[in-house]
Amino acid sequence: MVGKESFSVRSFRVVTGVMLITWLVLPLIPLAIWSFAKGWFFPDLLPKRWSMQAWDYALSDTSGVLDSLWLTIGISLTATVLSILVGIPAGRALGMYKFKGKELVELMILAPTIVPGIAVVLGIHSVFISMGLNNTVSGVILVHLIPTLPYMILVMSGIFANYDPSFEDQARSLGASPLKTFWYVTLPAIMPGIIVGGLFAFLVSWSQYILTLLIGGGRVVTLPLLLFNFATSGRNDITGAIGMIYILPGIIILLLTAKHLSGRSGAVGGFGQI
Amino acid sequence: MSDRLKIALLLAPALSIIGILFFGGLLIGFMRSFNYMPVIGLVDPDLSAYVAVFTSKEFYLSFLLTFHIAFTSTVISSILAIGAALLLRRTFIGRSLINFLFQLNLTVPHLVGAIGMLYLFSQSGSFARLGAEWNLISKPSDFPAMVFDPYAIGIILQYIWKEVPFIGVIVLANMQSLGEDYESVARSLGASKWQAFIHVLMPLIFPGVLSASVIVFAFTFGAYEIPAILGASFPKALPVLAYQKYTDVDLAARPEAMAMAITIALLSALMIYFYVRYTRRRIRS
Repeated sequence: MVGKESFSVRSFRVVTGVMLITWLVLPLIPLAIWSFAKGWFFPDLLPKRWSMQAWDYALSDTSGVLDSLWLTIGISLTATVLSILVGIPAGRALGMYKFKGKELVELMILAPTIVPGIAVVLGIHSVFISMGLNNTVSGVILVHLIPTLPYMILVMSGIFANYDPSFEDQARSLGASPLKTFWYVTLPAIMPGIIVGGLFAFLVSWSQYILTLLIGGGRVVTLPLLLFNFATSGRNDITGAIGMIYILPGIIILLLTAKHLSGRSGAVGGFGQI
Repeated sequence: MSDRLKIALLLAPALSIIGILFFGGLLIGFMRSFNYMPVIGLVDPDLSAYVAVFTSKEFYLSFLLTFHIAFTSTVISSILAIGAALLLRRTFIGRSLINFLFQLNLTVPHLVGAIGMLYLFSQSGSFARLGAEWNLISKPSDFPAMVFDPYAIGIILQYIWKEVPFIGVIVLANMQSLGEDYESVARSLGASKWQAFIHVLMPLIFPGVLSASVIVFAFTFGAYEIPAILGASFPKALPVLAYQKYTDVDLAARPEAMAMAITIALLSALMIYFYVRYTRRRIRS
């Protein structure tokens, strides 16, 4: 450490800290206020009248917001489960083996994390037409795998790189079946990776907009699509309420896993997609 | 079972999904951008879509705007993120709160941030109202245009809001794993604080900053919903223009949309080159 710091250095630090805190929460404040406002016109700093109307509407059975919420949860959960099922074996291959062409395989898996969705999804759309996958939930889940899978594989290959397979051999030599070995030996050891990678995959799928818009063709209305529609049609109060509902899963996931989310893991790159 | 077969089987599901959906999607887009699609009777590839795209002034304006958005957002976010990480590695009141807000912000989708920026910076937004309260402006139109504006200020502000925590978290982890020994040695040898920062710390954290910046640049270059909410109607950001061309009632505009998509993909391929070159070692570790 470098000596004692002067008072001015410390106060500079506190002032920038306060500015940073303000800036970080600032955009969420008008959204939250709007959700409780009943008309909020220029130049009022705060709404003159408050109301629960937007929330009543958003949580009513007729508005479709809850349907959209369940649909979005269903799509993101399915995409996550599929990513886990496919990501575990791929992560094992990349984490535990050296083989010819490994660099190329890694490049293929990293490519979707950099190439924007819009560049790929137009081509997919014109193929999905002939396969009857456009405007369907299955089609949307399939395209969500493009951004979710790479991060799942990255997390799992990191886990398998530090994994000792000799425990599996011991279990097998003691007579356990391959399935039992996986269930009782491998799975518990790689569980932390499955949880962290799965949460990343869920959030990445949760935040997809253009992939859902194009492949869903307006029929598969996930929460971000609904939010966008209300935001551009000027219903600020309902936009506020949906916006609050939309960010809730992320906050819950954060509270559950804050200690895993340090920048040390390569998987944090997944946040660049959200 | 031989190792080779085992590896192939383990990788098969993942590579099929990425191969078919991602590379297949790219390939189909590529073929259609040349008006080549034997299945639907287009057997003579031509360059008409590219000619149409590269001779239209709107495309160049969109390209410049998109590049400006991506470049400005990435540079400002990276600089502020390094500053924020320097701040956060010291203990002070509120540090854990900032840490928490950083992570919270990472989980908030860009779309929500974009709507928040709209409500903050539009001409009847929170800051315009503050201006009216302090008698700086008398009507909404007196407030400077910061959303739907030609300089994309609102879009850039939104990206800075989201990406400073993103790059910051990566840089902070980088700094913490390096420790402060290197800087202390430099200081004890007579380097000033600034010299220790520029000549010792910066070169050490630079690869991390660079790899995070590449992700940010590629994302901000290719994102749709943020410029769709906060952008001006002319020129549009490239992804918004491509989507508009693709959904045009005139189906002849589709190959042009594909040509734009391929242009976006090629630019990101350049990004991947740098990304792989500088980050693979970090990801492996």
